[in-house]
Amino acid sequence: MEKANLKKQKNILGEKLNLDVLRGLSSFIGLIVLCVLLAIISPVFLTVTNILNILVQVAVISVIAAGATFVILTGGIDLSVGSILGLCGVVSAGVLKATGSPVLAILTGILLGALLGLINGTVISIGKVPAFVTTLGMMSVARGLAFIYTHGRPISGFPDSFRFIGSGYLGNIPFPVIEAIIIFVIAAYILKKTPFGRYVYAIGSNEIATRLSGIKTNKHKIMVYVISGLLSGFAAIMFIGRINSGHPLGGDGYELDAIAAVVIGGTSLSGGKGTVMGTLIGALIMGVIRNGLNLLNVDAFWQGVVLGVVIVAAVLIDQRSKKTTNL
Amino acid sequence: MSVALEMRNITKRFPGVLALDSVNLLVEEGEIHAVVGENGAGKSTLMKILAGAYQKDAGQIFVRGKEVEITNTIDAQKQGIGMIYQEFNLIPHLSVAENIFLGRFPLTKSKKIKFDELNKMAQQYLKELETDISPQSIVGELSVADRQLVEIAKALSLNSSVLVMDEPTSSLSPGETEVLFGIMRKLKESGVSIIFISHHMDEIFSIADRVTVLRDGKYIGSWPISELNEEILVQKMVGRQMSDMFPKIEAEIGETILEVRNLTVPGYVSDVSFELRAGEILGIGGLVGAGRTELVNAIFGAIPTSEGEIFINGSRVAINHPQEAVENGIALIPEDRGQQGLVLKFSVKENITLPNLKRFVKRIEINTDQEEALADELVERFSIKTPSLAQLAENLSGGNQQKVVLAKWLGMKPKILILDEPTRGIDVGAKAEIHKLIGKLAAEGIGIIMVSSELPELLGVSDRILVMCRGEKTGEFTREEATSEKIMMAATGAIEMGVN
Ligand SMILES: Nc1ncnc2c1ncn2[C@@H]1O[C@H](COP(=O)(O)OP(=O)(O)OP(=O)(O)O)[C@@H](O)[C@H]1O
Ligand SMILES: [Mg+2]
Repeated sequence: MEKANLKKQKNILGEKLNLDVLRGLSSFIGLIVLCVLLAIISPVFLTVTNILNILVQVAVISVIAAGATFVILTGGIDLSVGSILGLCGVVSAGVLKATGSPVLAILTGILLGALLGLINGTVISIGKVPAFVTTLGMMSVARGLAFIYTHGRPISGFPDSFRFIGSGYLGNIPFPVIEAIIIFVIAAYILKKTPFGRYVYAIGSNEIATRLSGIKTNKHKIMVYVISGLLSGFAAIMFIGRINSGHPLGGDGYELDAIAAVVIGGTSLSGGKGTVMGTLIGALIMGVIRNGLNLLNVDAFWQGVVLGVVIVAAVLIDQRSKKTTNL
Repeated sequence: MSVALEMRNITKRFPGVLALDSVNLLVEEGEIHAVVGENGAGKSTLMKILAGAYQKDAGQIFVRGKEVEITNTIDAQKQGIGMIYQEFNLIPHLSVAENIFLGRFPLTKSKKIKFDELNKMAQQYLKELETDISPQSIVGELSVADRQLVEIAKALSLNSSVLVMDEPTSSLSPGETEVLFGIMRKLKESGVSIIFISHHMDEIFSIADRVTVLRDGKYIGSWPISELNEEILVQKMVGRQMSDMFPKIEAEIGETILEVRNLTVPGYVSDVSFELRAGEILGIGGLVGAGRTELVNAIFGAIPTSEGEIFINGSRVAINHPQEAVENGIALIPEDRGQQGLVLKFSVKENITLPNLKRFVKRIEINTDQEEALADELVERFSIKTPSLAQLAENLSGGNQQKVVLAKWLGMKPKILILDEPTRGIDVGAKAEIHKLIGKLAAEGIGIIMVSSELPELLGVSDRILVMCRGEKTGEFTREEATSEKIMMAATGAIEMGVN
C-alpha cells in the first residue's frame, strides 16, 4: 500500500524533474537560437569548415572548463588553469626537443599539470588557504616558471606524430573535437555514476555534513584540483600541437573563459549544483559568439564587451528562471 | 479583547504535498497562542506564510480586522508581524546593536553611523527583556539563548504586535526556557500577541492561553487551554490514543564494547572516562554547553582531542576522522541536523545512502537499484513522510528530517550509536517511536550513547546516566538510582560525585 503510494508519487516528481531538465535546456535553446540567427545574418556561418573551425577552437577551452566544473561544484575555484596550460605546454615542448619522444613529452605535460593541481589541492584542503588565494598564487608561479624555463622564447616546430593530438583528423573530424567529447562523456559519467561524483556535489552543498558522514572530504577536494590540473596539462598538449609552438604566454586568460563557460552552463559558483554537459554548452555558446563576431567583422575590443555582457546576462536569466519555478 | 490576527482557509500546496488544507488561526490581542501538531502537520508552513516567506495558494489574512496581502517579509513587518525563526537570522560578525537595527542605523548628516545612539537604542530594548546582554557584544559569541533574545529585541524594535516563535525552546536548557517564558508573559501583558510552537506538552500547558491543533495539514480546532489536558490534546494531534510515552524495552546487557579513558578536548571536555556495554543505553545529561556535544564529537573523530584513549572491544583504536569512526562501527547523529546531519540540497535517497555508498559500488559505478532499495526500505521502516525518495531534504518537516538522519546511519548497521539530542523538534508520536527504536536497537546488541537535555527522556530511556558540568563528569547513576533531583544537582555542579 505504502509502496504503491511512493511509486505513484514518483510520477509527480517526474514532472518536476522534467521542469529541471527544461531549465537545463534553456542554455541549449539559447545556443540553437544563436546559431539560427548567425546562419541568417552570415552565409558563411553554417558551412562545414566554419563549424569545424568553431569546434576546434572550443575544444581546448572546453577541456579546461570540464576540470573547472569539478572544482566549482565543490564550491572552490581554480584561477591557475591558464598558467598551468602555459607551463605544461613549454615543458612538454622542451622535453620533446630534448628527447625526441612524443610519448614522453605528452606524459610529462599531463603529469606536470596533475602535480601542480595536487599542490593546489593540498594547500587548499590541508593548509586551509582559500582556493582563490592559493590558485591566484599558483597562477603567478606557473606563469613565472614558464618564462624562466623558456627564457621568454617560444619553442616551436614539432613532428606530426606529436601534433596529432592538437591538429590531427579522424576522417573528416578534427581529433581534438573527439578528445573533448570523450573527456566530457567520462566527466559526466564520473559525476553522475560514481561515489566520487556524489561526494563532489555533497561537499559543494554541505561540507560539514559530508565529513560527518564519514567521508574523507579533504581527499576528494584535493582530487578535484588534480583533475583540473591534469586536464589543463592535456589541454596544453592540444594547444601547442595546434599552433605548433609552445609559448610561455600560452593559455593567458583562459581561466576566465573556462569559468565563464561553467557559469553560462548553469553551474552555481557557490557549489553543489550544475552539470558538465551544461559547461559544454556554455563553452559552445562562447565559441559561437566569438566566431559570429569575427564573421561580422566586429572589432576585437568590442568582442570583449559583448562576451562580458553575455556572461552576466546568462547568469541573470538563470537566476530569474529559478525564482519563478521555486516558489 | 479584540482580534489581533486571523488567518482564514489558508491552503498551500507543494509538489506532491498538500501542506495546508483550508486552515484557520485566530489570535487575540495579548494572548499566547500555541500551534501544535505532529511533524509535518504544517505549523512552520503556516507561519512562513504569515511572515511572507511563502505565498499562500488560497485563503485570507486579517490583521486587526483588516484584510491584508502579505507577499514578502517587508509586508509582514509593516503589519507588525515579527518572526523568530527556527534557524537564526542574525549576522554573527556584527554586534548585538548592529543586528537589532540592521538597515535602520541612526546616521549623522555625513552618513556616519552614530554608534553611541545605536547602542543606547539597543540597550533600551534589551532592558525591556531584563537581560544583561551588552549591545556591543558580537552575536557570534553569544549563547543560543541570548541570540534568541536578540531576535526578540529586534522584533520588538520593529514594533511587532504579533510575535511568531517557531520552536524557540528546542535548543534551550530548562533554566533558559523559564527565562524566556518570563519574557513572553511580560510581552503578553503589554498587549503583544505571541504564536508559540512547541512539541513539549508541559511547556504548552504552562504558557499558552489557547491552542490550535493541526493534523496532516488540516485544521482540527482551537480551544482554551483550560478545556484541555495533556491526554486530550495529544489525542487531538495524533488522531488516536497514545500508549506509554517511554516504553522501556529490557535488553540483555553484554560485554564492554567501548571504553573512553581520560578524554580531554581543550576548552570543552576535561578528563572524562566511561565505559559502554553492548545492549546498553548510556544517557549523558547536563546543561546546554556542558561539553556533552564536544565529548561525543571527539569520540567520533570530528574534533581533535589533546589527550585520551579509546578502546573498542578491548583494543585501542585511533580515531582522528569520522571516517575512522565509521570503520570502527560508530555512528553519530549530530545535534544540528540542518548544518551537520543533512545535505539539505540532496534528495532523501541521496542523504540516506551518503555514508553507505561504498557498499553499492559495482566496479566503479553506484548500483542505483540497490541504492534505491535501501532508501525505500529505510523510509518505510522509519515511516518518513515524503512524497518520494527524490524529494529534497530541505522540503521535509523538521521531524521527518531527523528521521532521515537516523535512517542514514542505521543503514550502515553501527555497533555503537551516538545520538545527540535525538528528539529535539520531534513530535510526541514520533518521539515515542524513536524511543522505541532506540530500545529495539539496544536489544539487538548495539551500544547506545544518548545525549539529552530532557530529564524525562534521560530517565525513561537510559540504563545508566552520566552527567557532565563544565566539561567534567560530575555524576554517574544507574537507572535505579537516578532521579531528576540528583541529575539536576550534578548538572549544575551542586554536588561532586565520587566517580566509581
Ligand atoms: N518548501 C517545501 N517544498 C515542498 N514541501 C514542503 C516545503 N516546506 C514544507 N513542505 C512539506 O509540507 C508539510 C508541512 O511541513 P511543515 O514544515 O510546515 O511541518 P511542521 O508542522 O512545521 O513540522 P515539524 O514539527 O516537524 O517542524 C510537510 O509534509 C513538508 O514536507
Ligand atoms: Mg516546523
